[in-house]
Amino acid sequence: MSRNPGEAARLQLKLTRAVCYIVLVLISLMCLFSFYVLIINSTRSHPDIQKGFSFFPGKSFWYNLNNLLNNQNLPVVKAIFNSLFISSGVAVVTTYFSALTAYAIHAYDFRFRKAAFAFIMMIMMVPSQVTALGFVRLMGTFNLIDTFIPLIIPSAASPIVFFFMKQYMEAVLPLEIVEAARIDGSNEFMTFNFIVLPIMKPAIAVQAIFSFVSSWNNYFIPSLILKSTENKTVPLLIAQLRNADFLKFDMGQVYMLITIAIVPVIIVYLLLSRYIIRGITLGSIKG
Amino acid sequence: MDTVHNQTAAARKKSGSVKYSKWGYIFLIPFFLVYFIFSLIPLVSVFYNSFFENYMSGLTQIGPNFVGFDNYRKIFEADLGKYFYNTMLIWIVGFIPQILISLLLASWFTNLRLRLRATGVFKTIIYLPNLIMASAFALLFYVLFSDAGPINDILLHLGILDEPYRFQSEVAGTRGLIIAMNFLLWFGNTTILLMAGIMGIDTSLIEAAEIDGAKPAQLFWLITMPLLKPIFIYVLITSMIGGLQLFDVPQILTNGTGSPDRTSTTLVMLLNNHLYSKNYGLGGALSVILLLISAALSLLVYDTLTREQRLLRKEQKLMRRDQKLRKEKQKLKRGGAVQ
Repeated sequence: MSRNPGEAARLQLKLTRAVCYIVLVLISLMCLFSFYVLIINSTRSHPDIQKGFSFFPGKSFWYNLNNLLNNQNLPVVKAIFNSLFISSGVAVVTTYFSALTAYAIHAYDFRFRKAAFAFIMMIMMVPSQVTALGFVRLMGTFNLIDTFIPLIIPSAASPIVFFFMKQYMEAVLPLEIVEAARIDGSNEFMTFNFIVLPIMKPAIAVQAIFSFVSSWNNYFIPSLILKSTENKTVPLLIAQLRNADFLKFDMGQVYMLITIAIVPVIIVYLLLSRYIIRGITLGSIKG
Repeated sequence: MDTVHNQTAAARKKSGSVKYSKWGYIFLIPFFLVYFIFSLIPLVSVFYNSFFENYMSGLTQIGPNFVGFDNYRKIFEADLGKYFYNTMLIWIVGFIPQILISLLLASWFTNLRLRLRATGVFKTIIYLPNLIMASAFALLFYVLFSDAGPINDILLHLGILDEPYRFQSEVAGTRGLIIAMNFLLWFGNTTILLMAGIMGIDTSLIEAAEIDGAKPAQLFWLITMPLLKPIFIYVLITSMIGGLQLFDVPQILTNGTGSPDRTSTTLVMLLNNHLYSKNYGLGGALSVILLLISAALSLLVYDTLTREQRLLRKEQKLMRRDQKLRKEKQKLKRGGAVQ
């Protein structure tokens, strides 16, 4: 007979907790396993990889990296710079203009305010693939194919980032501050740039990370816009590599390219994960 | 004194809102201008293109000739059904385990009695794949699960397999890989959304039920789940729209072929093929179909999310009318009594 019911309950709780931890560890391993194999294989040379899998890293990390960076068919360094340029551009443009749009709707009272808000919410769900055909043809008539402009400028109109900014403004931006700035003689545009934006910093940081990452990972639209080799971004090189004859390829370089595409994002994420995880739910919906 | 002050403040506010309202319009210009040029014009042109025959046959350009709804007919007669089936099958088989595991994890992370430690670390790990470049992830799975790749190597060494399983030559293997990748990419995101939903629930409801002697399972199914419905539906529909757009993973994994025998070709892969071969008529028709499906799904989510509010408003309206009627009745009665 058990000594008392409290102890039995405690024992049961301990057991449940143990089961939870085991499941959580298994799921985490499942998430991390492929990345582990990736990093191990990026440190091994092609003949080593062909021999079979090993759980221990090899010594060819720098050798693979060097080979990849000097590969004439894959302009990796150029692609990284292109990707960095486009993604940074998107991060700046999308956060600045989304905040500006949110500010217009949050701080001013004008006749079409509600209509403008309803319109932006309505277009939120239109997938970008749906307009891709018209978009690519229009960029053709503008002579913007194979330039970065069609990949950066359109991000000024991103309804989801706008919605996030608006939610955040409602929480942290009292209109008294704006009034005070007006009394001090600040011009409206200056008020936005020097008073509102600094208050919005946390929201801007979170959204800048998200838009940077999604632009860095974007494949569909860039593959339709960027044509020449020197303008390719990292995902396009991944596609090119997949298209190439794999049997002739140095697997060490393949793993190294995937590492270059994935690992920088992982490192930044691990450094900022606390803010990112908080940011995911902030802008979604109020349950 | 006080009222005078308030009046001037009100007057200032009023004149202020008139004076400043133009800035509202000015600050909206960039968004609407960019949207108009880069999204709205393309959208209209997609509709326009869908009614024209316009493609390259070898080196000769056919069209553009107006053909009415012929492109739609052609696209339905071609393999649209098959690709729709592929897309939805891949989505649904991935979504069911995803939502179950996400619910389980979310309920563990928010369970006050369990008080799990290091949940931050676990949350960080399960969300990690969501930020990974889907195309790079697909290439990674392509090499890991190739016939002589590490996974087959490990399975052979462990004695689970006698000969390599050719993942990417089997229908189930290829679809399974796409489903597994989608699951890994998205279940962390779903978990965190559901967690936010659970944490938004008023804890006093749960405490009250506990005092009434509800068991944990009852608490979950009878209190948490019904209150979680709005966010649950949001997750469901956004995931479905995302599933409809599935492209990067199967495109890179199968190099655009949808092998074996186009059993892993999705709707957007088909669209991509039409865009590459510059068949603007069929591409346009397919885009319009995709738009209509997404719009229908969005309306559905909007409808379910606002249903409760609408019901509440209706109820209030009815109640008010009821009260009015009662008052009038009383008036009539009183009038009658006086007479």
